[in-house]
Amino acid sequence: MRPFAYTRAPNRATALREAASAAGPPHVEAPVQYLAGGTTLVDLMKLDVMRPGRLVDINGLAREHGQISSGPDGLRLGALVHMNEAAEHPAVRRDYPVIAESLWLAASPQIRNMASLGGNVLQRTRCPYFRDVSWEACNKRRPGSGCAAIEGVNRRLAVLGGSDHCIANYPGDFAVALAALGATVDVEGPRGARVIAFEDLHRLPDDTPHIETTLAPGELITGFVVPAGPWARRSLFLKIRDRESYEFALASAAVALDLDGGTVREARIGLGGLAAKPWRAHEAEVVLRGKPLDERQAQAAAEAAFATARPPKGAAFKVELGKRTLVRALLQAKAMEV
Amino acid sequence: MDITLFVNGADRRLSLDSRTTLLDALRDHLGLTGAKKGCDQGQCGACTVLMDGRRVLGCLTLAAAAQGHEVTTIEGLAHGEQLHPMQAAFVAHDAFQCGYCTPGQILSAVACVREGHARTEGEIREYMSGNLCRCGAYPKIVAAIQDAAPKMAPSKAAA
Repeated sequence: MRPFAYTRAPNRATALREAASAAGPPHVEAPVQYLAGGTTLVDLMKLDVMRPGRLVDINGLAREHGQISSGPDGLRLGALVHMNEAAEHPAVRRDYPVIAESLWLAASPQIRNMASLGGNVLQRTRCPYFRDVSWEACNKRRPGSGCAAIEGVNRRLAVLGGSDHCIANYPGDFAVALAALGATVDVEGPRGARVIAFEDLHRLPDDTPHIETTLAPGELITGFVVPAGPWARRSLFLKIRDRESYEFALASAAVALDLDGGTVREARIGLGGLAAKPWRAHEAEVVLRGKPLDERQAQAAAEAAFATARPPKGAAFKVELGKRTLVRALLQAKAMEV
Repeated sequence: MDITLFVNGADRRLSLDSRTTLLDALRDHLGLTGAKKGCDQGQCGACTVLMDGRRVLGCLTLAAAAQGHEVTTIEGLAHGEQLHPMQAAFVAHDAFQCGYCTPGQILSAVACVREGHARTEGEIREYMSGNLCRCGAYPKIVAAIQDAAPKMAPSKAAA
């Protein structure tokens, strides 16, 4: 690991001031990084993928941004809530099961105790060519250097949203649930506070895969708001992976349904493990709206969700896997007793 | 940098490079070699310790960030010669072969029970999945946890 200075921020104002010097490069390359759980950052610093010169420990902000509250308008999750706390929270489990499941199916208990929700959504790809700096070609690590994954071992990588410059997939689960439920992100920065639609937090790679989010330098995620909706209780997270536990998704579906008998009033669908960013499958939602939900209609929704799929050679199987995952998730959600 | 860690009930003052992880501080600076360095990448669980009673990974925790928290390692689990019920159960069930993952397994198991996630074999396997055992002692680890769970004191402080 390269040397760095460590400071603790007792409150938000101090944290933002400490990070203000980070102005310039996109946040993932900034010389000053916020440290919460460290499960991504410390790991990538050990691998020499991330090289900040200064860490600002923001765990002291938990007093301001470490709470969970649930009301008639929705669910508010502080950015410094740990994954386990949200996964075990009674209101989250009862009213937003897709969120609770996306969290407890992720990582291990130890990591879920450490990792913050704000850091979780900003976790970086597990693409092996990104994580191993001995590969020279990685446009995400070294802009303009190429992509070793496109012709490499790429069975885990993106079939949706990738580009000719990068096929890294977004690995997380929780963000997929947030995308599906139309959450918003509270952000504070050197130029004040703003709210970002969760779908707009992550960028597609296009020709700048090293710019992963729309966060401005020095900006800090302080929390998430999940709007209440008649679909939230009939929701689930289905995660398909190589191992039964403690493994990233090959394919996942976050599904929330508002049903009128057997007919879909509204569907909310997110896809994970399959895409360059946490993926909201709007096209699939449209296919389901106003239709009776049966296997044939679920299949039609899945076809729509993957109509733009462009899989790298090793990941071709993930198109069919993704469709089947979504079909199964939709039918399971329909069968839920709520 | 100068830091103070609260480990197994005592303040320990240390002068460390900021890069030092909690795991390295425990092993190399405090001589507490129970927590093991397996993968050093947060994947194997051999470095599991308790922070404020919750299980965390020593290898991905910076020592500086552990200041102000109560750290418990395997060395702090027994009361003198009196083994913690989980330690006794691991011995009774022969729940290890080489022993390398064992300190992490035991601390994780203590937390697993305290969290209320040791009610069934399936639940234990799910909530112990962050601790790998390359000898494959899993059946006996599960049996030890099932045996120890009802013998553990209900208060969190006892962990």
